Amino acid sequence: MSNSGPEQVTESWKEEVIPMLNFRLNGQDVSVDAPGNATLLSVLSNDLKQAGPKFGCGLSQCGACSVLIDSDPVRACQTQAQAAVGRSVTTLEGLREDGEPNALQRAMIAEQAAQCGYCANGMIIVAQALLDRNPTPTEQDVRSALNGNLCRCGTHNRIVRAVLRAAQEA
Amino acid sequence: MNLMIDRRTFLKGTGGFLAVSFLLPSAVFAQQAAANAGPELPGDLRNHPQLSSWLRINADGTVNLFIGKVELGQGALTAVGQVAAEELVIDFNRLVILAGDTELCPDEGTTAGSQTMPNCAPAVQQAAAEIRAILRKLAAEKLGVGEDTLTLADGTITSGGQSVTYWDLVADLQLEVDATGTAPLLPIAEHKVIGQNIPRVDIPAKMTGEAIFVQEMNPEGVLYGAIARPPTYKATLNDVDLAPIEAMPGVRQVIRNGSFLGVIAERQDQAWAAADALERTANWNVPTGLPGHDGMEEWLLTAEAEEKEWKNTVRADGTAVAETYEAQYYRPYHMHGSIGTSAAIAQKGEDGKITVWTHSQSVWATAAAIEKMLGLAEGMVHAIHTEGSGCYGHNMADDAAADACLLANAMPGTPIKLQYTRAGEHKWEPYGSAMVNKLSATLDAEGNILDWEHHIYSTPHGSRPGGNPGNLLSARYLDPPFEQPTPNDGGPPNFSATRNGLTNYELPGERVVTHFIREMPLRVSSTRGLGAYANVVAIEQFIDELAVKAGADPVEYRLRFLKDERMRDVLTRCAEAFGWDNYERQPNRGRGIAIARYKNYAAMTAVAVEVQVTRRNGLVRVLRAVTANDGGHIVSPDGMANQVEGGAIQAFSWALKEEVKFDNTQVLSTDWASYPILTFGEVPPVENVLIDRPGEPYLGNGESSQGPAGAAVANAIADAIGTRMRHGPYTPDRVLDAIRNA
Repeated sequence: MSNSGPEQVTESWKEEVIPMLNFRLNGQDVSVDAPGNATLLSVLSNDLKQAGPKFGCGLSQCGACSVLIDSDPVRACQTQAQAAVGRSVTTLEGLREDGEPNALQRAMIAEQAAQCGYCANGMIIVAQALLDRNPTPTEQDVRSALNGNLCRCGTHNRIVRAVLRAAQEA
Repeated sequence: MNLMIDRRTFLKGTGGFLAVSFLLPSAVFAQQAAANAGPELPGDLRNHPQLSSWLRINADGTVNLFIGKVELGQGALTAVGQVAAEELVIDFNRLVILAGDTELCPDEGTTAGSQTMPNCAPAVQQAAAEIRAILRKLAAEKLGVGEDTLTLADGTITSGGQSVTYWDLVADLQLEVDATGTAPLLPIAEHKVIGQNIPRVDIPAKMTGEAIFVQEMNPEGVLYGAIARPPTYKATLNDVDLAPIEAMPGVRQVIRNGSFLGVIAERQDQAWAAADALERTANWNVPTGLPGHDGMEEWLLTAEAEEKEWKNTVRADGTAVAETYEAQYYRPYHMHGSIGTSAAIAQKGEDGKITVWTHSQSVWATAAAIEKMLGLAEGMVHAIHTEGSGCYGHNMADDAAADACLLANAMPGTPIKLQYTRAGEHKWEPYGSAMVNKLSATLDAEGNILDWEHHIYSTPHGSRPGGNPGNLLSARYLDPPFEQPTPNDGGPPNFSATRNGLTNYELPGERVVTHFIREMPLRVSSTRGLGAYANVVAIEQFIDELAVKAGADPVEYRLRFLKDERMRDVLTRCAEAFGWDNYERQPNRGRGIAIARYKNYAAMTAVAVEVQVTRRNGLVRVLRAVTANDGGHIVSPDGMANQVEGGAIQAFSWALKEEVKFDNTQVLSTDWASYPILTFGEVPPVENVLIDRPGEPYLGNGESSQGPAGAAVANAIADAIGTRMRHGPYTPDRVLDAIRNA
């Protein structure tokens, strides 16, 4: 079984070199020299050593890689890094306030809203975007907002409670 | 790399802990020696009796806790830490916990089978009690007072107006001493930490983006690896042109060894691209012959199997058989389905030793398997457990560790990080085995069970590395290949295919036979509960069917045969919390309940659910769920609730949505679209009833709710539509078929 000739397959990976990507990351200007076809997740993890956004599927199916571009949650695994140029990217670590957990992060800790916690990054990023545009969401609002984020441990109800708690305590 | 720094700081920060354990006066030594014939030590203390293998009191006021069980997201570190803090009478925050380092921690085997609380916690508890006893003795001598005058608070021992601390007592002293098993535990009435909800130590980092998972770590100078897999398990590599791959962007090295193809590149995405190009351009010899997912039930019933009768209680009374009833149930292959794909980092040092950071559940046995795969001497692979995404059993953590080592071995000095793609994990992980359960019963005139017979058909459930390289995926493709060993079925008390195959009911006659199939059409290994899920789902559906046939209430019918008081309590409390007795029936809704005692000797869990079935499209929705649980003495109520609820929700997902799809050649479930799992909109609210049994053994709750939860859903669907779903998962198509054929 051989589907295609080597030239044909490797050709699609020939690189378009982009000299420099400039954007704001967690309030600071950053410049990164990365391959032109690099995803935002790759640049954030590989080059900018951000621990929050995580690789889960690379297919925009699970949400573990979520970050905010301006105030919108995006799947960094399928967003080209170039899409961030000139814009403001916020990662999980960027939500901290003066180095301390923000209201939503505190609520997630208070509700012990994790088992393994691998999905927590995406949950918090998406929920933060929800709270930013709707500070008093209903439980249904929260479940709808998070419906595209997968959790395998069965911690969903705790995460919902944490988001509602953050809204209440804000 | 944060992790590496943390470990170094950890070792330095204790002032060189090897030199700051405690010294015992010779009189104490003599007592220790005399006590060697004392009581049997609890849990893993038996294998590692030396107190300093578990706990070290440091002069700086911290306490190191070393354990061989690891954090998988189940809260192990915190729960075991609670037990240590309690018995040492110290503030929980003094603990610095190190878990799963093959060179620093006691080897406690695999973190699996809900064994951490039953085996690790009692060991730590006794070790802490022994150290407390020793320190009290030292304090009494130092203060010149009687031991009975001493009071303890957070490591400070006081008598009258004078006091001395643990940290003073141990300064600059050194001792290695074995546990005696005689030091008394604190009276339960004095517990201040056990039974409390101590916040988990690992959670703040996970919420704030501090690197804690191996997947998040990118040490200085790291290069990235990827493996090119063949199209299917037994494919072999005919030929491949490496030159165009070597010319791809960022590629540093392409490794071919037999049918194994690996890549090292400057970026993870470049490594994946190169591996993908390798997979697609290589010429493979691809065999066919898999049964396919639709053919699997029949395959299990006809494949060559070893029969073993595990139980045969022959009915003594002569009650006349009024009727015989039988049913057959099928559980498809399930994935572990970790949200984060498996990963590892490995680095080969100048001394030829490889260090690997891995989220393996079995660091010692996996390191041993890797050593053999690479032809290295024992001790030449140092495995350090580092958290990964939840695994729920033997996923690809160990394969990732082995693959990172294979690549690191080819490029000494450079740290190599490797994380699988989603398809790489979905297609290649060892699944939970598909199973068939055939049940039959003879009934008396009132519909009571007389003779019960259960036939279990299953492929293996255990192919963990276990020190054998043939269990590491890539090792099978090397030249020469390591042969995969044929797994055995596990016997009592834990069993594997037969886990929970015996009922918890007292039946006049009960026979259980397992048909163990050694052939593995798909790769399989330990998946949360092993055979328990299929067996409990089948048993608890079958008894439900019998209750319905007898016109009896399913709770009352179970209680006719359930004699164990604790289990009766669990079932009754679950039904009460659900509102079973005053349930108001509504159209297209149904209720279901089920109970099991995990492994027939561990935690007892009952689950009740209400479902709604949309008749138009067959969609099943779990509206609400109640769990009731007796896991013995509760150390962390919140941790227990989290495990029980999480297991139930995962089982709802298995029951309603999950089946590994495959054709005659390869696995077709390659992502979350082709292997969907439960989402937020589908997860019901869950109420958890925890029954505390102070003084009873810790039973462990990692897997106890799985089977009852799946069975409760099946029973509720039957209650709603009046017909039985016996073939998982209970997808809209299947439910619609059942409604139409009813």
